[in-house]
Amino acid sequence: MSTHNMHAHAHASGAGALHGAGADAHGHHDGHHDLEELRTFGFWIFLITDCILFGTLFATYIVLRGNMNGGPTPHELFEMPGVIAETFILLTSSFTGGLAVLAMNRGAKGGLIGWLIVTALLGLSFITLEVTEFVKMVHEGATISTSAFLSGFYTLVGTHGLHVSIGIVWMAALILQLARRGITSVTRRKVNVISLYWHFLDVVWIFVFTIVYLMGVM
Amino acid sequence: MAQHHSSNAGGASHQEHGAGGHHGSLKQYVIGFVLSIVLTIIPIAVVLNDLAEGTAALVILLGTAALQFVVQLLFFMHLREEKKPRYNLMTLLLGLVILLTIVIGSIWIMQYNQVYH
Repeated sequence: MSTHNMHAHAHASGAGALHGAGADAHGHHDGHHDLEELRTFGFWIFLITDCILFGTLFATYIVLRGNMNGGPTPHELFEMPGVIAETFILLTSSFTGGLAVLAMNRGAKGGLIGWLIVTALLGLSFITLEVTEFVKMVHEGATISTSAFLSGFYTLVGTHGLHVSIGIVWMAALILQLARRGITSVTRRKVNVISLYWHFLDVVWIFVFTIVYLMGVM
Repeated sequence: MAQHHSSNAGGASHQEHGAGGHHGSLKQYVIGFVLSIVLTIIPIAVVLNDLAEGTAALVILLGTAALQFVVQLLFFMHLREEKKPRYNLMTLLLGLVILLTIVIGSIWIMQYNQVYH
C-alpha cells in the first residue's frame, strides 16, 4: 500500500511498458502516479468502511445466533467438509491474486492475465460451493425467515458472497481491459486495487469461517 | 526476467529502491500463504478433534484468526512497506477502533438486556 509502489516499479520493470511511452511523458507521469496513488488510497478508505459494514453484520449475527426459534441449530445445519474446502479455495485465490501482482511487477502481461483468470476461477468455485450449500439448506427448510439465527447467518455470509461475486465480475472486466490496453499506470492501479479487495475478502472469510462455522459446530 | 525475479525474492531490489518498495516478492507471498494455511489448520484441528473447550478454544480460534489477519496485512497487502506518513495504517487503526466498539459494544449491551432475554 505504499506510495512508493509506482516509482519502485518503474525502476524495477526495466524494459516494461511504461518506458515505451517515451521520455517526454516522464514529467507527466509523476503527476499521474500521484493521482493513481491517491485513488488507491481512496479505495483503501472504502475497504475500511466495508470492514465496519461487516463488523455490524458480525455484531448482529453474534447477538442473534442463540435464537433458533425451534429451527435447526448451527450444529445440525453446517457441513464442515464443504466449508473447509471453501476456506482453502479462497485462501489459495488470495495467494494467486498476489502472484498476479508479482507478474505485473515483472511486466509480464501474460502471467498477470493468467493468474487473474486462475484467481477468478477459484472465486467462482467458492461461490458455486456456497450457493450449493445455501440451496441445500433452504431445501431442508432452513430459510432466512426461519429464525433470528438464520436471518443473521444469511445476511452476513450472503453479503460476503455478494462481495466475492462482484469481485469476479470486476476481475473479468479488468482481464478484458488488460488484454486490450496492456499494463499502463491506470491498469496497474486497478490490478493493485482489486488485489487489495480480494485479500480483504479473504480476511473477512477467515472471520466468517471462525465465528460462524467453527464456533457454530464447537 | 528470471534474474530479476531472484533478486526480488532475495529482497535486494527492496534495498535498491529504499524502504517502502511495495511490490512484494515471491518469497513474501509464499511465506504468507504457508502461514495462512497453518493458521487455518490449527483451529480446524482443535474444533473437529475437540482438543480444547470453552474459553481456551475461543482464545485459540480468535487468536489464529487475528494472526491470519495480520499475516494477510503484512505479507499480501504490504502494510509494513508503507512510506511515512502512514495514512493507510492510521485509517486502518481508526476503522478497527470503530469496528471493535460496534462488535464488543453490541455483545456487551445485549448480554445485559433484560427485555431481550
